[in-house]
Amino acid sequence: MSEFLQQLVNGVTWGSVYALIALGYTMVYGILRLINFAHGDIYMLGAFFAYYAARAMGATSNPSPLMALAVLLVAMAGCGAVGMLIERGAYKPVRRSSRLSALITAIGVSLLLENGGVLVFGADPKFFPQIVPVKSLALGAGVTMTNQQLIVLVVSLGLMFLLRVIVLHTRVGRAMRAVSFSHTAAALMGISVDRIITFTFVLGSMLAAAAGVLVALQSPKIEPYMGIMPGLKAFVAAVLGGIGNLPGAVLGGLVMGIAEVMVVGYISPTYRDAIAFVLLIVILLVRPAGILGRNVTEKV
Amino acid sequence: MSPRFTLRLGLAGIVLVALLGIGCAAVRNDELVVGEFGSLTGNDATFGISTQRGVEVAMDELTAKKEGKIGGLKVRVVVEDDRGMAEEAATVVQKLINQDRVVAVLGEVASSRSLAGGPICQQAGVPMISPSSTNPEVTKKGDYIFRMCFLDDFQGWVMAKFVAEDLKLKKVAVLKDVKNDYSVGLAGYFTSAFQAMGGTVVLETSYSAGDADFRAALTSIKAKRPEAVIVPGYYTEAGQIARQARELGITVPLIGGDGWESEKLIEIGGEAMNGCFYSNHWALDAPDPRLQEFLKAYREKFKGDPDAIGGLAYDAAQVLFGAMEQLATQDPQAFQGLASSKAGSEARKAACQKVRDIIAATKQYPGVTGSITLDANRDASKPAVVIEIKDGKKIFRTSIAPQNLPS
Repeated sequence: MSEFLQQLVNGVTWGSVYALIALGYTMVYGILRLINFAHGDIYMLGAFFAYYAARAMGATSNPSPLMALAVLLVAMAGCGAVGMLIERGAYKPVRRSSRLSALITAIGVSLLLENGGVLVFGADPKFFPQIVPVKSLALGAGVTMTNQQLIVLVVSLGLMFLLRVIVLHTRVGRAMRAVSFSHTAAALMGISVDRIITFTFVLGSMLAAAAGVLVALQSPKIEPYMGIMPGLKAFVAAVLGGIGNLPGAVLGGLVMGIAEVMVVGYISPTYRDAIAFVLLIVILLVRPAGILGRNVTEKV
Repeated sequence: MSPRFTLRLGLAGIVLVALLGIGCAAVRNDELVVGEFGSLTGNDATFGISTQRGVEVAMDELTAKKEGKIGGLKVRVVVEDDRGMAEEAATVVQKLINQDRVVAVLGEVASSRSLAGGPICQQAGVPMISPSSTNPEVTKKGDYIFRMCFLDDFQGWVMAKFVAEDLKLKKVAVLKDVKNDYSVGLAGYFTSAFQAMGGTVVLETSYSAGDADFRAALTSIKAKRPEAVIVPGYYTEAGQIARQARELGITVPLIGGDGWESEKLIEIGGEAMNGCFYSNHWALDAPDPRLQEFLKAYREKFKGDPDAIGGLAYDAAQVLFGAMEQLATQDPQAFQGLASSKAGSEARKAACQKVRDIIAATKQYPGVTGSITLDANRDASKPAVVIEIKDGKKIFRTSIAPQNLPS
């Protein structure tokens, strides 16, 4: 039993990272109907920004919680800026073209970030400094959790809560919801659609950056291609929960994390990556709109 | 065919011949071109970098002693980066053979990449010396492929013997990298040897290189309460596994193979590595004068300690240079076939074959990683060393020799 509980703790912390990335996918999809394939690479950039920020601020030699928070904020700000740049530079010019062009642009941006990362950061992996000294916390019944895992969980839940407040209880959040219903109607109501879309990208990129920093904190190896797999899996998580639906993305991420850990723990580690795509196929067959998604009948 | 087309074809032909002429004229300066491939970047970059450094030290020695020449020809080493990928390894070996026209190839460290490059060298009739690929399959690809290190069946047996007789443990768990030929092979050899010695493997589970999270597999391992965990993978993952294992409260020693040999191991694993053991090709504190001489040259050039991978690469380069030297004195005429202007000729083929024969006859060569004797399978048979990690330092623990080795 304690083994199962331990695996559950592992699964929930791992899943909360997927949830953070999946939120970015789902927000952009909700507003633009665009699958932003570069999203996983923003996650990678987040980890690298934090790596350089931590070294520049000297967080490596004398770690403190304040310093760790500063590193996180720098990475989020950096990725927010990159997200804005990508939206303005790559996606806005093709917004009026077919959706296929936008999708191909997204793949192009993704390749650009990965290989640009190899060029700038180098292809050999870097090792993220321990900006938070690790401590093990006993949760009883033989289950342990490190303070880093706890930080991952608390920070992701905090960010998800913050996102919910922004979307449901602020003016800009209301504008985001309006734009996701109809660009034209929102524009007629005096909402600057372009600005809202940029804002959405910035928000999504910041969440991905946070996920990158949180993962690097507990698994210190970072390299330019680290975003591909988590990006794909978070995308599956978003579809699983119902793409375009924010609570769905969180649920999908958690289901994904737990499923992955349970497969490794009880079936075979070989199927770790396969389970994500098995889940995708199953959900598409059984409930194409996702767990929390609504079925929308399309006008033909 | 219209007359105009024929004319054009003829002109093109003349231009081509002229270009070839220029090309030939450029190779006045005959040299000996040796190829080397390794992972200079990528997941296990220190393997490739150490190999290159070992070869560089050997080259420096040649430059100091013989002006960098063998049999009157200047030696040039062409280094290619395979970025740690097997597909890429095949491509760069093709390039070394077809474009650089090398006489011999040094590389690789990772068995999966030596397995990708080996058959290409074999087919082209170019001798290849892998300094440190330990998977038995590597040299089975053909009679032009050699290695300077022991094999995984021996290494697995050494690890098992160490765990069973030195540490006196009976119950272990195995955590291997399923995407890695070396790791899967070594895990298998360890398990069969350990079981033959009366030990039990309570759980065998795996990860894939590049994974960031090992907690799920480690939690399963913890539940079985093993007395040691065998991690026959590479240093990048071993360091992370050690950290996460300690965080989950697994306090038993982790035991690895020569894939752990990297200066980065302790940088990644930190304090979690203390109390772990791994089998290796050498220990730096051995009193061998040749080793100490190499260490001095290496430390002067690179301001740090070499790892065993670098030592094996140095030995591989020395064995190759020695073989070419021997050919130059024994059969100067055949030796000329190795010159860069003879690329692709029959003379080159014959010379490469002669070099191959000389390498194959290597007996008790005094390398920095121990005495090297190549057996009928072109594999080196030598003792292994077990290293203990204590307070962030690698310390010699014991040396285990093959059972059938004389002396």
